[in-house]
Amino acid sequence: MTGWEVFLQQLIIGLSNGMIIALIALGYTMVYGIIELINFAHGDLFMLGCFAALTVVSLTGDLPVWLVLLLLLVLTPVFCGGLNWLVDRLAYRHLRDATKLAPLVSAIGVSFVFLNLGLFWGGLPLKVFGFGKAAAAPKDFPTLVSNANLLGNSNVEFTTKDLLVLVITVPLMVGLTLFVKQTRAGKAMRAVAQDRLAAQLMGIDANRVIGQTFLLGGGLAGVASVVAALYNNTIYFQMGYRAGMDAFTAAVLGGIGSLPGAVLGGLCIGLARALSDQYIATRWTNVMVFAILILVLVFRPSGLLGAKHREKV
Amino acid sequence: MKLRFHWAFLLVAALVPVVGLFVPAARSLGELLRPIFIMAILALGLNILTGFTGILNLGVAAFMALGAYAYAILTCDIYPFQFGFWPAVMLTVLVGLLAGLMLGLPTIRLRGDYLAIVTLGFGEIVQDSLKNMDVITKGTQGINPLPGPTFAGYMFRSETYAPWYYLFLGFLALVVLLNRNLQRSRVGRAWIAIREDELAASCMGVNPMKMKLLAFSLGAAQCSLAGALWASFLGSSGEPGNYDFQVSIIALCIVIVGGMGNIAGVLLGALVVVGCNSLVLETFTNFLKAHELISSTNVYTAPGNWKYMLFGLALILMMRFKPEGLLPSRQVKAELHPHEPPPS
Repeated sequence: MTGWEVFLQQLIIGLSNGMIIALIALGYTMVYGIIELINFAHGDLFMLGCFAALTVVSLTGDLPVWLVLLLLLVLTPVFCGGLNWLVDRLAYRHLRDATKLAPLVSAIGVSFVFLNLGLFWGGLPLKVFGFGKAAAAPKDFPTLVSNANLLGNSNVEFTTKDLLVLVITVPLMVGLTLFVKQTRAGKAMRAVAQDRLAAQLMGIDANRVIGQTFLLGGGLAGVASVVAALYNNTIYFQMGYRAGMDAFTAAVLGGIGSLPGAVLGGLCIGLARALSDQYIATRWTNVMVFAILILVLVFRPSGLLGAKHREKV
Repeated sequence: MKLRFHWAFLLVAALVPVVGLFVPAARSLGELLRPIFIMAILALGLNILTGFTGILNLGVAAFMALGAYAYAILTCDIYPFQFGFWPAVMLTVLVGLLAGLMLGLPTIRLRGDYLAIVTLGFGEIVQDSLKNMDVITKGTQGINPLPGPTFAGYMFRSETYAPWYYLFLGFLALVVLLNRNLQRSRVGRAWIAIREDELAASCMGVNPMKMKLLAFSLGAAQCSLAGALWASFLGSSGEPGNYDFQVSIIALCIVIVGGMGNIAGVLLGALVVVGCNSLVLETFTNFLKAHELISSTNVYTAPGNWKYMLFGLALILMMRFKPEGLLPSRQVKAELHPHEPPPS
């Protein structure tokens, strides 16, 4: 491979991973936009989504692939969205008027509970799941989508998996934008995000709208779980922390609260990771991402696309 | 005068090895208390930030790691310094002070939740860097062996029990005394004023940036003291993975469960949280294993595997039902329950 081909290959890998990060980042940014909570448990929700996806695949292994994919894309987001909604209902809703750090600490607690659930899920003794004995070990996710190169015999690989990522994520992001911009529910979300009290005075049930936001954000994380599991073919119970930090960095980089910002940030982080893996060293990649996070927060806390006017930081 | 909980705690703790001479059970209790003392020092460092000043720090493990590695580099015989225990500990505290200042200077003006994420990122960067810079830090092996501390010609050996116990207890008492005096000084009152209302505090002539920086560096210094003591006890800096996010969260759990901003509360929190983590869960697991009540392959039956669940639920439930902690400071309690009459 020539230097250019290596670069191009890393671009493709970076963009595919970036789209997955962007989907998770959307969940962060929506929740932050509406209640100013860094939903720390979001990454671990994504991890639980991967385990849910593996469970679905294990149970429906004999069905045709397209049907399995369809089931995955319906059941996993429903599971993740429902769980996210439930957590908001049980934990965060009671802390709406508490000091600002209280919901964040609570979210860290939820993240630890999810982590433990992931460990237990991986250790399910039932044969049908085929999870194996070691609960903490990484699990193989079956290869449902082939790794065939769509560019023929070229050195640069653009596989069916990369195509799958694009085919699922791009329409979803367009749909989300339309939903928030055009529908009544989307308008209510924007109103609550702008000024909760005023929105309530206009007859909007703020708690319900916040619940819908958690549902939607969780659903996006669920789609991200399916795509990531199909793309990487391996899942483990500690993957949520890493994914969550990448996605949060993406959301901050793009300007937290901004939907296009989250997508842009996700692509940037995906590219930065791929290029750092190739040209610096894999072991320094995580440090790179955190360094980006800190530098953005310190020098441009409103992010790339964030609103110019914001509360003093 | 009413005997304060923290002095009572230290007094009772000082008697444990004496009782241990006669009752063997007290000795094993004392051995379990030593990590609790270390974690209490760490949590008291975090308490300055989170409890007094109201800054959430999710990366105290990084300061502990810096302390442990600084101490190791200063004492280990593969490096040119080869200081003794006491000067090395003092220098380590200084290193922690500077590290806190370095992190605090650019980030202190960030809003609370952003600052929390920056400290978390700092924790990960320190951990990864220690792992990757293996020329200096020996990577995952850690720096070892370290010479034991000496005190008036007496050499601490790893198998002895009471000397370490009193060394750690002594440091803990020193830290408690220092924190209590800080809390009652002008600085401590300024910290609490900032926690309650930063704008009002600055109108009263408190410089919030200066005071927050002071909290950052003093808290970091205490955390690195905990790291240095732990390294001297292990005889090794430990591997970078020992100072991961989980340690920071345990420290946060101690402060929140015990009672933010209350020294006695933090001591109680350390006893409850670390006690639950190392004493109850591990002893219970070992007991069940020894009696073959659980199989080593079944992940559910080992109580140790419920650790994350317990910490997570502790954080969620405390925030929901008792945000002021088990042993709250008077001010925090009054703030969170404004309608109850103060105790007469």
